[in-house]
Amino acid sequence: MIQLKGISKSYKVAKRQTGLRQAAKALFRQEHTIVEALKDISFTINPGEIVGYIGPNGAGKSTTIKIMSGILVPDTGTCTIMGYTPWKDRTKYVKNIGVVFGQRSQLWWDVPVIDSFELLKDIYKVPQQEYKTTTDLLIETLELQEIIYSPVRQLSLGQRMRCEIAASLIHNPNILFLDEPTIGLDAVSKIAVRQFIKTINQEKGVTVILTTHDMNDIEALAERVILIGKGSLLYDGQLGELRKRFGTKKIITAEYKQRANPIQIPGASVLSWSPERAVLSVDTANFKTSDIITHLTTQVELVDVTIETQPIEDIIVQLYKEYQI
Amino acid sequence: MKLYFKYLQILFKSQMQYRTSFWLLTVGQFFIPFAVFAGLYLLFERFGQIKGWQFFEVALCFAVIHMSFSLSECFARGFDMFSSLVVRGDFDRILVRPRSTFIQVLGSKFEFTKAGRLLQSALVLIWALSNLPIDWTLIKAITLVLMVTSGVFIFTGIYILAATMCFWTVQGLEVANIFTDGGREIAQYPLNIYQKWVTRFFTFVIPFGTVNYLPLLYLLGKNNGDDLLYILTPVLGSIFVLPCLLVWQMGVRHYRSTGS
Amino acid sequence: MRVYLSVLKLRLLNGMQYRSAALAGVATQFFWGFMIIMVFQAFYQNAADTQPISLKELITYIWLQQAFLVFVTVWFRDSELFDLITSGNIAYELCRPCELYGFWFAKLLAQRLSSAILRCFPILIFSFFLPRPYNMTFPPSLSAFLLFLTALMLGLLLLVAISMFLYISVFITMSPMGSLLIFGILGEFFAGLIIPVPLMPSWLQNIANVLPFRWTADFPFRVYSGHIPQKEALIGIAIQLVYLLVLVWLGRVSMNRILRKVVVQGG
Repeated sequence: MIQLKGISKSYKVAKRQTGLRQAAKALFRQEHTIVEALKDISFTINPGEIVGYIGPNGAGKSTTIKIMSGILVPDTGTCTIMGYTPWKDRTKYVKNIGVVFGQRSQLWWDVPVIDSFELLKDIYKVPQQEYKTTTDLLIETLELQEIIYSPVRQLSLGQRMRCEIAASLIHNPNILFLDEPTIGLDAVSKIAVRQFIKTINQEKGVTVILTTHDMNDIEALAERVILIGKGSLLYDGQLGELRKRFGTKKIITAEYKQRANPIQIPGASVLSWSPERAVLSVDTANFKTSDIITHLTTQVELVDVTIETQPIEDIIVQLYKEYQI
Repeated sequence: MKLYFKYLQILFKSQMQYRTSFWLLTVGQFFIPFAVFAGLYLLFERFGQIKGWQFFEVALCFAVIHMSFSLSECFARGFDMFSSLVVRGDFDRILVRPRSTFIQVLGSKFEFTKAGRLLQSALVLIWALSNLPIDWTLIKAITLVLMVTSGVFIFTGIYILAATMCFWTVQGLEVANIFTDGGREIAQYPLNIYQKWVTRFFTFVIPFGTVNYLPLLYLLGKNNGDDLLYILTPVLGSIFVLPCLLVWQMGVRHYRSTGS
Repeated sequence: MRVYLSVLKLRLLNGMQYRSAALAGVATQFFWGFMIIMVFQAFYQNAADTQPISLKELITYIWLQQAFLVFVTVWFRDSELFDLITSGNIAYELCRPCELYGFWFAKLLAQRLSSAILRCFPILIFSFFLPRPYNMTFPPSLSAFLLFLTALMLGLLLLVAISMFLYISVFITMSPMGSLLIFGILGEFFAGLIIPVPLMPSWLQNIANVLPFRWTADFPFRVYSGHIPQKEALIGIAIQLVYLLVLVWLGRVSMNRILRKVVVQGG
């Protein structure tokens, strides 16, 4: 469905000069630096997948999205999406995709949402009948009944994002690109948006590519993640695999009856200790959690034990550190 | 074309949301050129004529160019305001839609308040025409219509050129005003009152001369020689927009390879 | 006073950031001046009788107008201030330890001054070296030049005082559109931007003389070319001063009154 092979892209960036003399010079000759935004990126995405595309700011996420949505032409490499090369058959190709840029709006600010939908219908040449069924469905699942007749400027951020997503689905695309769809939303709206993405993926089989900084989005939606840093592909695989490989640490919190001296358990490092409570960290790659707990019971009289896996957020931070990005 | 009208509709609705400011701006658009025209009138009151041209002849010149200008500012405003579109990054949005970039940019903005300006210049046109001894024929009427339309094409062409510049830099775009506002100011007088090089530049490079000065000679019966050539000059002038469109395509290609 | 100076400095630095915009502005104004001169040249060519201002003086007048355009145009505005008022963020400004009228006055003044400093020199220098008859000329005497400088600065202060009313009016109308329109069109017309004041018919000149607008720009430019003799220039400067005092006083009174209302309304 989506196939990228050896995509590279570099930008020429004009050096900003400070000082009057430098600036005067820049009028005649500008110095440029070449920034490699993408280096030899390849991956394949199958129909019906939800893929989380992650990486720190400036890693090249938006550049990839822009190439995949036909906005940018890469320097080298091939990209085939549903049989099209995005940047070559732009107008034919883009009928098949929907794009949401989380930070920008595609709705007309001063008119009711429904008017924007109508216009999009004409832009994408959607037949009336099809338009009707699609919007009805969208309005129902996204609960837009109340807000569809108010101008966009009166909507809250969460309401607006729901409308944005609906707007990008009016023409029934097969692929949906979501660039930070939950940015700036409150917890309730985030969950609503996630729920909806899941629904359209399951019911309509829409392939979703999602970039985000919120790892909870990824955890809730994507089975597969692609990690990119400094323009290079770093990891491509299952989220569970990523966790297995990098998220092997577990945190054990033990509460017990009072005890005077600190506990000592082989294989676990003590993060904090008090006469009634200890927090331990275990690397499950080398030691079993159950062994640790057995050890614990020999040393203290346990009252309660909780075991937490390392939050995905931490794993990503760790990964970024590891790859020095 | 249908899409273009849809855009028109939605943006009209938008502007109607701010009714007071809409009306105020429309009134303002009426009075700004009105003040300029009053100045013109007062100058003629003092000097009587300008290089042999009488007041109403110049008024006709004025009316034609201002009508073209207001129409182009109303309908091709999308290109005129293109820099803000690029700065906001909304051009990406246009590229992910299955329509030509030209029609989408054209439809991104309309300035309906320019109707005030249009009304003002239409009034001047009527006043000038009713005071000029022109023997009206169908061809002369057609020529007059051609003059206004051709002007719209030329102004639009300049907007497109300026918009294309935005793909490289959004700074210093003010220079384009020399050709839009400046062209308008220049062409509100018959071109032959200026130095030769000015006349030539605005006839052959940016062909404002073909919009009013040359066909005006025909309308007033001042031309010597081929009528047909003078009638067709507006058509020749509108060709100006074609290379502009070509440059625009180049600009879009550049944008898509650099993404600046 | 120090606050005001630092505001000016900030503005100048800020303005320097937009060099290419300034350059484009210079080019535009240069072209504009050229065009207007050519039109007047054509008008003057066949003019039968002598005109109230000679072409030479007029050309100087036009170049000065172009060089100091920001001293003339009312529409050169600070939309930041408009937003401040209409969005209700004015509360922040009220917390500042300066009087609002003075602070805004300084801000607007700095804006115009910095913009003029960046733009006037290239235009002036260039216009001196133009071939005849398009070139700009020196003032007839040093004293005329000094008078011109005084009148120009007073004119600038006067213009800022006028434009303050624009911002004050926004407190009432909540939209700058209407006031900008009236001030813009009337102001520019009576400041001689569309046709120079000396070329107006006498009844219009009488109106122009009564209104404050022509004292901002038209008057200093004619002092420069010597079109207004020095004795009259001194009287003119006195008139400028009176206008300035009256307008600043009026502005402050009305601003304070409106601010009190704003505070009472709590918004």
